[in-house]
Amino acid sequence: MYRYDQYDQAMVDARVEEFRDQARRRLEGKLTEDQFKPLRLMNGLYLQLHAYMLRVAIPYGTLNAHQMEALADIAEKYDRGYGHFTTRQNIQYNWIKLEDAADILADLSKVEMHAIQTSGNCIRNISADHFAGAAADEVVDPRPYAELMRQWSSFHPEFTYLPRKFKIAVIGSETDRAAMRLHDIGIRIVKRDGEVGAQFFAGGGMGRTPMIAPMIRDFVPLDQLIIYAEACLRVYNRYGRRDNKYKARIKILVHELGAAEYTRQVEDEFAHMLSVGIEPPREELARIAAHFAPPAFVDGPKTLDRSDPDFALWVDRNTHRHQHDAYVSAVISLKPAGGIPGDATADQMRLMARLAKQYSFDELRVMHTQNVLLPHVRIADLHAVWSALDEAGLGSPNMDTIEDIIACPGLDYCSLANARSIPLAQRISERFAASGRTAELGELKLKISGCINACGHHHAGHIGILGVDKKGTENFQLSLGGSEAEDVSLAKITGPGFDEDGVVAAVEKVTDVYLGAREDGERFLDTYRRIGMEPFKEALYGR
Amino acid sequence: MKILTGNDLRSGAVTWWNGTGWSLFVDDAVDVGDEAKEILAREEAARRVNVPYVIEATIDAGGHVRPAHIKDRVRALGPTVRRDLAVPTAAKTGWDWVI
Repeated sequence: MYRYDQYDQAMVDARVEEFRDQARRRLEGKLTEDQFKPLRLMNGLYLQLHAYMLRVAIPYGTLNAHQMEALADIAEKYDRGYGHFTTRQNIQYNWIKLEDAADILADLSKVEMHAIQTSGNCIRNISADHFAGAAADEVVDPRPYAELMRQWSSFHPEFTYLPRKFKIAVIGSETDRAAMRLHDIGIRIVKRDGEVGAQFFAGGGMGRTPMIAPMIRDFVPLDQLIIYAEACLRVYNRYGRRDNKYKARIKILVHELGAAEYTRQVEDEFAHMLSVGIEPPREELARIAAHFAPPAFVDGPKTLDRSDPDFALWVDRNTHRHQHDAYVSAVISLKPAGGIPGDATADQMRLMARLAKQYSFDELRVMHTQNVLLPHVRIADLHAVWSALDEAGLGSPNMDTIEDIIACPGLDYCSLANARSIPLAQRISERFAASGRTAELGELKLKISGCINACGHHHAGHIGILGVDKKGTENFQLSLGGSEAEDVSLAKITGPGFDEDGVVAAVEKVTDVYLGAREDGERFLDTYRRIGMEPFKEALYGR
Repeated sequence: MKILTGNDLRSGAVTWWNGTGWSLFVDDAVDVGDEAKEILAREEAARRVNVPYVIEATIDAGGHVRPAHIKDRVRALGPTVRRDLAVPTAAKTGWDWVI
């Protein structure tokens, strides 16, 4: 994985000291909150319901064991013993003190991490396929390109005050495991006649106005990748709606201009930018790419002893085919039945770090599904890995099932939320785990957001739930048919919302309709797409 | 009644105006009547509170100060999903109080 050079380290260290001075001046009363707020947000420090919250960037979700241990230490030393892994492959701490914040950033800097650009109207942490460099179906490893974009976007002077926040995802497979087309810019690294390049999608997003990004360029040569991204951002920065916060994302610009006109303007800007020559030299990409060389895989057994049914179930559900046939990628579930999606204690983080060191070439990935991945585990070591995880409450065999729920922090933590997401996730996962129907339902992605900002990706859920405020009480809208994968689609609302008990029962009714109607091999999403909304509405509302 | 709440500048902890200072417990909150604006300006300037605001509240049947909006009731007790981290008064009000 990428390691900081002296420039990276110097930039991050300088920012820590700058923030230390800003925080000191705030505490001494030399800065008002109005003056300080944009400064703390530039360093990922929010003020949430109960305390300050620090969001730490994990570039494209990749970290090593030492970094995970540092995250555990921060959870224990400065927070309340746990952290929350997010749908943008980051981690958040919920109980931070302002007087500790600069020390935390300094601790992060020691392990080549920071919280820069995890808030504000700038280019946020670059996300990527969590199976990058491991998945058997990968065409090109997207991580070097994600890292190149991280370096390009970090402290980019022109894009520090964009009309709104800007999120970029990079993948390198036909399979989309990063919700790529639901980002402001989605990039798929592709090969054409042996040449590597980038396919660009622009204007996707969730939130208040969900949009699927249209493709604006089928192939950008590798040595023009940054210039093309720069052109996309420049057009957005110039014409994005700064007059209205709710219409300021690039998706609105692309929608209002039309994809063809936006693309035309990008191409004009691109032609101009080509003459400026800002693209980093190929040698720089080669330097970065060298950090992502495959580890020293060794041959070994390709089969395993499946006599333990619990282990066999976990292997079937939570492992993913690897490029090397003696290895798999192993998903560590942060979704125990009745648990809080994405939360991990300091001890659990340390265990994950130990397993990464011992069994996965010192590498971990944070998945946008709020789980953690060991990307390279020998099949021969799987039982030992599973045993350790299971003992620590991290061995739930539920990847991509109805128990593998994405849920934002919701009204339990977030100042923007209208309703609580986590209790719903807890009740639904508990109910399905207890009923034993999870296996029967197969792949079923349920996603819950506590407000219209959609951090819980409810628009992209096979089943989505959105919490709203209905005259001071929590109410939940149910939606069906979303997907963030390569078969991307936006979920549609079923009808009137439900209270908490009602929406839990509604989810069960929806799954009953599916089980009654599905044909051989159909996932929930396939059945929904075949039979449409009506049968579900009938079951839910009796009409 | 109108009560004042905010977060402690240094720790970020949720606080409630008790007439002379800022308490961690919502039950200590006092009705500020028409004086909210004046108190907020003074306290914020003195850096004894961060981002304070005035909210509506009632005294419930159990004698507890109950903010009108669920968001402030969650703030008063702590996350409903981590009751081990709640402020001590949660034991008195019970968690049904939040909803």
